[in-house]
Amino acid sequence: MASETYTPRELMVSAAAAEIEDGDTAFVGMRLPLIAFQLAVSTHAPDSMAVYESGVVRDGPADGFIHTMCDLPNLNHAVSTTGMLDIMSRLQRGDVDVGFLGGAEVDRYGNLNTTRVRAGDEEIRLPGSGGACDIACMAGRTVLLMPHEPRRFVEEVNYVTSPGHSADGSGRGNHPAPGGGPDALVTSKATFGFADGELFLRSVHPGVDREAMLADFPWAVRTAPEIGEGPVTTTPEPTDEELELIRTFDPDGFWT
Amino acid sequence: MSAEPAETLSDAVSRIPSGSSVATGLALEHAIPFAAGHELARQGTDDLTLIGPISDLLFDQLIGCGAVSRVRAAWVGNVSAGTGYRFREAVESDGIDVENHSNFSVALALRAGALGVPYLPTRSLLGSDVFAESDLFERGTDPFDGEEVALVPAIEPDWAIVHAQRASPEGDVHLWGNTGIVDPAVGAAENVLVTAEEVVEPAVIHSDPSRTAITREQVSAVVECPWGAHPSPVAGHYNRDNEYYLAYHGATDTQAAFDEWADEWVYGVEDREEYMERVDADLSITEPTVAAEVRYGQ
Repeated sequence: MASETYTPRELMVSAAAAEIEDGDTAFVGMRLPLIAFQLAVSTHAPDSMAVYESGVVRDGPADGFIHTMCDLPNLNHAVSTTGMLDIMSRLQRGDVDVGFLGGAEVDRYGNLNTTRVRAGDEEIRLPGSGGACDIACMAGRTVLLMPHEPRRFVEEVNYVTSPGHSADGSGRGNHPAPGGGPDALVTSKATFGFADGELFLRSVHPGVDREAMLADFPWAVRTAPEIGEGPVTTTPEPTDEELELIRTFDPDGFWT
Repeated sequence: MSAEPAETLSDAVSRIPSGSSVATGLALEHAIPFAAGHELARQGTDDLTLIGPISDLLFDQLIGCGAVSRVRAAWVGNVSAGTGYRFREAVESDGIDVENHSNFSVALALRAGALGVPYLPTRSLLGSDVFAESDLFERGTDPFDGEEVALVPAIEPDWAIVHAQRASPEGDVHLWGNTGIVDPAVGAAENVLVTAEEVVEPAVIHSDPSRTAITREQVSAVVECPWGAHPSPVAGHYNRDNEYYLAYHGATDTQAAFDEWADEWVYGVEDREEYMERVDADLSITEPTVAAEVRYGQ
């Protein structure tokens, strides 16, 4: 149990890191996953590796704060600095175990939109896919990270930048994308799993009102016990060791 | 053929005519040729088609400068802050045409161009709207085992602009750190402009041929341009100027605000030297790493 307070994003980083298993090759992109991989490889997953679409391959944390995957602390003492086709080839061959994705919108099947959203009559242009579409299509499993805001949870995303599961209950069975698809969603209030290709509540973060949190979704979110996946638990708080590491990797709390 | 010697960045960039397709920002957030990009804007080169994977700020700046008609890219914005306001506003007002890619589809399109084949297949894209809404990609069937794949047609840019650590006057280039899609883009492009932190004696290049990423027959122009990638980082030379990215985000949310920013940072400076006089940040390498010696010989 943590003896000090932590921010919602520090808890998200801890929960995201927990999704990396020891020995995994993780595809890491922008923002919180930059910190989450460093946390995982420094704690429970020392034999995990990170690949970045810029061409970086790392087996340990960066010795210094990083805004982007190409900041010099992320290149310095990397295992390899190569090109994108090398990294994407590993992904396409099925050699990447887990990939991280964010999104402005997500639906119950884990389809993600980072391209354009509607706000009333207006359409707002977002930066786009980057490597997200590729990771979503081809990683062994994906972990989705996003702030817990009602406008982000939608019945149908405005644009499928990163494909999730099929809507027919077959998961990726009848889906053209070869990877395993979404496996977890971590928000700033709860964590969710996917069963038969659809989202279910796995754990609620400490201090969060479960019913109010679930009311943020426009559909009735299934819960773990409803589908035989055990009880809904309380998300573990980040440990003192984890908080110390997170604050080493992000000393000014820029990302967290 | 080797690079025609270009004395200044201005000379080199003047070889790129309006209406060109230009691939740049190819190493993603690393070694982005900002100096060359700003020179394009200063010369009033316009109607450009920009090609790239993710663009950390440079595409947004060139769009704000009115230099761009079309973007073929996977991501355009500001990696520190998210939105690139000039890109966003241009798309929302139909000011530019955008072809949405994934990083891999841009890489494959350029690799197809470099290989001299019409297209390459991939297992990515299918099931996404990047594919479904695209006029570019096609669905195909593997003729050997019948599996469905997406087909990505070749892209052959008129120009690729690359920033590197060092190059010889002939245009042989050493670069290191991550390379993103530099290799396929250089292979696919009709012309390559190289800006380098240092122009070095040919013997330096010949001392370490495994580090040579581009050779002279691919290069149309090479020019020495210290700090040519600021605010992006260059391995061995300088760190990323994070505060500059955040300040840009805060200062460019309207076109009028951007114009003021560009008057200071693009149009208000004659060259890179004058630009760097305005940068007030310590980006120096504080923990240098020197690679273990590599020996060749005979």
